[in-house]
Amino acid sequence: MTDTVLFQAFVYLCAAVVCVPVAKRLGLGAVLGYLVAGVLVGPNVLGAIGGEGKHVMHFAEFGVVLMLFVVGLELQPSLLWRLRRSILGLGGLQVAATAAVIAGAALALGVPWRAAIAIGLIMAMSSTAIVLSTLAERGQLKTSGGQAAFAVLLFQDIAVIPILAVFPLLGVAEVTAGAEAGRPAWMTALLVIGAVAGVVAAGRFVVRPAFQFLATVRLRESFIAAALLIVVAIALLMEQVGLSPALGTFVAGVVLAESEYRHELEADIEPFKGLLLGLFFISVGAQIDFPLIARDPGTIAGIVVGAMALKLLVLWAAGRLFGLDRPARWLLAFALAQVGEFAFVLIKFGTDSKIFDGAVAAPLVAAVAISMMLTPLVFVALERWVLPAVTVDTSDARPQDAVAHDDAAVVLAGHGRFGQIVARLLRSAGFRCTVLDLDPEIVDVVRRLGSKVYYGDASRIDLLHAAGCARAKLFVVAIDDAEQATAIVKTVREHFPGLPIFARARDRIHYYELRKLGVAVARRELFGSAVELATEALRALGLRGHTAHRMARRWRSHEEHALEEMAAMWARDEARTNLFARLRQALEEAERIMRDEDPRVAAGADPGWDNEAARSSRRPDEAPVEPPPP
Amino acid sequence: MARRVLILFAHPILERSRVNRRLLDGARDLAGVTIHDLYEEYPTFAVEPAREQALLAAHDVVVLQHPFYWYSAPALLKEWLDLVLQLGWAYGPGGTALRGKLMLNAITTGGSAEAYQPDGKNRFTLRELLTPFDQTAHLCGMTYLAPFVVHGALRLDDDGDVGPHVRAYRALLTALRDDTLDLAGAARAPTLRVEAGGRP
Ligand SMILES: Cc1cc2nc3c(=O)[nH]c(=O)nc-3n(C[C@H](O)[C@H](O)[C@H](O)COP(=O)(O)O)c2cc1C
Repeated sequence: MTDTVLFQAFVYLCAAVVCVPVAKRLGLGAVLGYLVAGVLVGPNVLGAIGGEGKHVMHFAEFGVVLMLFVVGLELQPSLLWRLRRSILGLGGLQVAATAAVIAGAALALGVPWRAAIAIGLIMAMSSTAIVLSTLAERGQLKTSGGQAAFAVLLFQDIAVIPILAVFPLLGVAEVTAGAEAGRPAWMTALLVIGAVAGVVAAGRFVVRPAFQFLATVRLRESFIAAALLIVVAIALLMEQVGLSPALGTFVAGVVLAESEYRHELEADIEPFKGLLLGLFFISVGAQIDFPLIARDPGTIAGIVVGAMALKLLVLWAAGRLFGLDRPARWLLAFALAQVGEFAFVLIKFGTDSKIFDGAVAAPLVAAVAISMMLTPLVFVALERWVLPAVTVDTSDARPQDAVAHDDAAVVLAGHGRFGQIVARLLRSAGFRCTVLDLDPEIVDVVRRLGSKVYYGDASRIDLLHAAGCARAKLFVVAIDDAEQATAIVKTVREHFPGLPIFARARDRIHYYELRKLGVAVARRELFGSAVELATEALRALGLRGHTAHRMARRWRSHEEHALEEMAAMWARDEARTNLFARLRQALEEAERIMRDEDPRVAAGADPGWDNEAARSSRRPDEAPVEPPPP
Repeated sequence: MARRVLILFAHPILERSRVNRRLLDGARDLAGVTIHDLYEEYPTFAVEPAREQALLAAHDVVVLQHPFYWYSAPALLKEWLDLVLQLGWAYGPGGTALRGKLMLNAITTGGSAEAYQPDGKNRFTLRELLTPFDQTAHLCGMTYLAPFVVHGALRLDDDGDVGPHVRAYRALLTALRDDTLDLAGAARAPTLRVEAGGRP
């Protein structure tokens, strides 16, 4: 029974469901939870999964492929450009120097030079998954140290691509098998370039029109299927030419990062990525060779401590070279000292490329996993002992100008006739909007006009997250469908209670409903333009421009006060009949205030200009006419 | 040589004006005189500086016509000055656009002529109270002339009362346009009248 797929799935899911929440509760992060789960179900502890772990691993690697696709999706070229100095300078220095130092150490220990270089590159990687989530959890992502760490991780993510391309060259050519058998190294390099170019071209000229077509069909499933299809197809293509599937999907991700379907793709792929990545980490955990560690604990400990210490020193020095202040420097060094999940991929790829054999790979995998498990402890040490010692001024957490996140201040749902005006006015004042819209034609047009707009249903939580609601200052609902607008408002209120919502209301009743739901500012969609037209009509009927304007302004503010009053009543849920009575009364009142015989309109409304009162004063000669007290 | 005259007119509630409305109507058919009704042009106070500057450039005499409100002009005229007389255009380095032009106020006051004397109720003369306009013109290189004033405006009730003032205003505008005014004298005088019409 233990061999059936269902049982396997049962074990993995159990492990994930039990261990991940526990690890998160303990502040250790999901990655660690998966690793521990893997150790527990692995052959060394419970033995629930055994030799077949390797097959699962093969399947789970697809999780890494998906992860690289998502990483690529998040790496918009514009974001890369803004952080270019930290990424290329600091990140490049870290990877090159760490790889060199560790390769040197490995050489000194008698490792052949090809393997030494590969090991250096492998060990240079840090864990994006662990570090970013930990920094975000601790609120350190926006500090200068956190920004530097983010930039270095970005560079590492990108560096994986050339490293994957270089590994076959380091490998021993004649033992390669499969499709690339007998292929000389230069040809492999050519294939890399050709395949990457092909993926870029396909992303530009095939994928986008295809998605546009799918969007017109408006079927969620077909979208998800298409997203997965992209990844699978690229992975397959890459495998055919003997390249890393991860590389291809990463490039595809970057190509699609600027596309309007980015958020949708991200949201669709995310759950698959999460689960498969979890599977990947579990199988890594299951594969940690405890007998090996028990046999030679000194070597493993030596690799772990040596690698982490060297990484820490290089990071610290690089941070210093790039002018980071002391706390930022230490944060960078400690945060990135572990070896990351990419190392697993690279180790496996290195073994496949025959750069080194299993005897080298096994202790490396163990060492990498252990260093990841140590990360939470490293952070505790940093917090308890290091930072207090180096922090002179506790107000170090100043934000840096290079913003890591590309989010706009305003998320705008609906870019139709209404939302368009909102977006254009805000943009003219220098505020960018992240636009969400469900109409593929609108999305297409707006994108061609050069605005950031994404295809997607704004009431989906994952999409709201992807659009950056967690960091936005304002959420604007500008869609025409009242019911849908209300649904979006409810979702946003529930999941982002701190985010102020500005909403377009269809009519009075919708206005009351929106205000009741906690919308900060609501405006009836036709009210403003109708008032403006009426003002012009008054002028055409012979009123002075300024007089018509003042009248409209007064009428409007009266009307809006009454509306607010009734909204408050609605919120208190007083009898609706009562409300309708008030409604009629308010209309009558508004009409009366416009009528000439109402003294408040003709003169009383601007008593400061009242000449009649002055004329009837008994001694008009006594200038100035004492203007009536305000 | 005919001068082109621009009347910058500011009255927030012209519907209820008795004097300014008649003065303005009296000037409407004068050739060479442009009437620019600020509260009608900019009901929301959204003055367009470029447009106003072009208008100023096309004229030689600027008449600020308005009721005297709190010893000054209605709010929009102040807004107009703030936005239109820009550094580098009207004054300061390169600010020579208005140089050599003439400027004056044409105002109606509730108070009498006697009230605007050192020993009168208002303690200061109109020339003194108008010094901000005087100095504004000076800074822009313009010649500031004495104001045209209709005193006791609240007691003037019908065409019969206002008629002489309308004629005097027309005569002044015509003299400004045709350059028949003694400018040195007009700059020094306490108030401007070219033709004895109504009360001084
Ligand atoms: C708000 C306000 C302020 C005024 N301040 C003064 C003043 O400071 N001195 C004065 O002599 N008359 C003052 N008056 C009277 C006006 O000058 C007078 O109403 C105006 O000149 C009448 O002209 P019209 O018929 O064209 O409106 C004031 C009138 C108002 C409405």
